Amino acid sequence: MSTSNIHPGLNLGARHGEAHVGAETIVFGFWIFLMSDLVIFGLVFASYLTVANPMGMAGGPGPAEAFDLRSIFAQTMILLTSSLTFGFSTLAMRHERGRAAIAGWLGVTLLLGLGFLTLELRDFAHMIDVGAVPQRSGFWSAFWGLVPLHGFHVAVGCLWIMVMLVQMALMGLVPVVKTRLLRLGLFWHFLDLIWVAIFSIVYLGGLMP
Amino acid sequence: MSDPDHRREARLYLAGFGLALTLTLVPFGLVSWGLMQGRALAITIAVLAVAQIVVHLRFFLHIDLSRQKREDLQLILFTVLLLAIMAFGTLWIMGNLATRM
Repeated sequence: MSTSNIHPGLNLGARHGEAHVGAETIVFGFWIFLMSDLVIFGLVFASYLTVANPMGMAGGPGPAEAFDLRSIFAQTMILLTSSLTFGFSTLAMRHERGRAAIAGWLGVTLLLGLGFLTLELRDFAHMIDVGAVPQRSGFWSAFWGLVPLHGFHVAVGCLWIMVMLVQMALMGLVPVVKTRLLRLGLFWHFLDLIWVAIFSIVYLGGLMP
Repeated sequence: MSDPDHRREARLYLAGFGLALTLTLVPFGLVSWGLMQGRALAITIAVLAVAQIVVHLRFFLHIDLSRQKREDLQLILFTVLLLAIMAFGTLWIMGNLATRM
């Protein structure tokens, strides 16, 4: 199967005809957008790392007071599972399992995405409570520029899933809906990839003994 | 319901999920139980993170070394090159400045 791939992400396969052929340029274009997003994230990571030291924290609260490793672990598990459920949704589309199967897995992914955001917002509220606000120090300015940027992407992804559920119901599985779902899949898996860097650098790096 | 291709591909997703799960559990375990420290721990976390990113690229984003997708891989590699120049340049300059202050 992997030898017949014409674009990144799971391919629809030749039996999808027009949607499969059209996906080649459309998905490649979306992949270029994702790479530009990667540069933005990478540079925000770089500016975070320049202030992730005692001087950058300027006597304010540090990671140990503000981060909760158990909540971060729960968020990591939720986001990783949502990548799997989104994969199952794309597989259901590729193998023509019907709209109910695709929408069902998308619905599970949406719930997991919303669960992730709920936990993350709770963490942010805790950080505000202990005084870890953007204006406190350079470190917290950089943190609030980086992690909520990812959270904002996840929120946009959730909104996009809702829009696609509506479009699937109204328009059916027409080629344009299929290629939009492919791009949404790339977006979702890409966000999980960025999260790996966030939990490794920001949270595990910050809470390291 | 017994489409062999579908089952095989779903198993690949599960395999990727299992690998990613392992590569997540190990660093979280190391940090929360304090099994390692300092530089060795930092390097271990970094290596496991890179490994997990490769697993995500391979199993979820379906990027591999097959011929048809060379453009995609080259796009990733070129982006990472530009990013490395800018990010490491930033860290180098700011680190240098910090030691001089």
